[in-house]
Amino acid sequence: MSAGSSVAGETTGGLSGESIIREIKNSRIGFVVSVPDITTSEGLLRPLAAQSEPRLVRICKEDEGVAICAGLAYTGQRGLLLIQQTGLLDSINAVRGIAVEYSLPICMMVGLLQKEPGVPPRQSKSYGVRIVEPILDAMGIAYHEIEQQADVAKIRPAIDGAFAQSKPVVLLIGQTPS
Amino acid sequence: MMKRDDCLRVIARHVTDKDIVAPVYSTAFDWIDIRPSALNYFAHGAMGLASSHALGLALGRPDKRVIVLDGDGSLLMNLGTLVTVAEAAPKNLFHFVCENGTYEANGGHPIPGRGTVSFAGLARAAGHKNVYEFSDLKIFEQQVGAILSEPGPVFVCLKIVSSGDQERDYTRLHGAPVRKAFKDALDAG
Repeated sequence: MSAGSSVAGETTGGLSGESIIREIKNSRIGFVVSVPDITTSEGLLRPLAAQSEPRLVRICKEDEGVAICAGLAYTGQRGLLLIQQTGLLDSINAVRGIAVEYSLPICMMVGLLQKEPGVPPRQSKSYGVRIVEPILDAMGIAYHEIEQQADVAKIRPAIDGAFAQSKPVVLLIGQTPS
Repeated sequence: MMKRDDCLRVIARHVTDKDIVAPVYSTAFDWIDIRPSALNYFAHGAMGLASSHALGLALGRPDKRVIVLDGDGSLLMNLGTLVTVAEAAPKNLFHFVCENGTYEANGGHPIPGRGTVSFAGLARAAGHKNVYEFSDLKIFEQQVGAILSEPGPVFVCLKIVSSGDQERDYTRLHGAPVRKAFKDALDAG
């Protein structure tokens, strides 16, 4: 995207929801499986809900989504779990068993509730944000910070890599996409 | 009340070589002896998630019937699945729950709500349209073929008692070769 683009957020130091959705589609994600997350609610989930593809599957709890994405992966379909870090923390056992021990390409896009824009997650004042990356490190799960517009370019290689290696990956959305 | 393995034998007579079956815990150990198949899908440390795995399989392969053989204790860990599946409405998903009122694989302790909770009632309240409950094997045997021919999602509660002692070798369910065989069988058709 060139400078001066009209896509909101792409030239402002912010994060463009439209560009993230574009990368989700470019990553051949066929299903977005989600519990609403306030960080990504307006910039990602609402526009995704208005589109027919990828198909949105609304779930009641995040660990359901880990299992749904596993089932999809066995069939050759790509799912993306769109959740909040509280839901990730609540789903640790499912992630441990299904994504890590079964070595399945569970791709998670995780909004970081209460993370201050521009502050690295490990330096957040929020305990619930600070612990996310150390927990992922302890579990051996790859993750990428999606904080600035330039980070959006990490999405497709991360998802393609997860499916190529049959490993989980977490994309941490560090500020509210426009 | 029906014996679980008798119920499973009845179901097995209606399962084709193309169907995916996802059994959990004690039901899984009965099932793998009754109907061994590469298309049996075992959910790691299921914790109630078997029907969620099955939903992913059903959405990803709408050409295949996906049959979940769940437990009552398992379902209680993931009651939201009833709502999620009802809303996603996969026509190829069939969710059987074996209700014996206990966490059989974890010491046989009673489930909360034993004898009080209605799993069929929960399924109806969650939005499932095709809901059945059986406690008589002959009646189940007469109806299961037609039920498995209905458009899903279908929910069936089976009032059962245990099949008896089992040798629970979890490597038969969760080994990497089992997972590879499942994937290969799914890819094959």
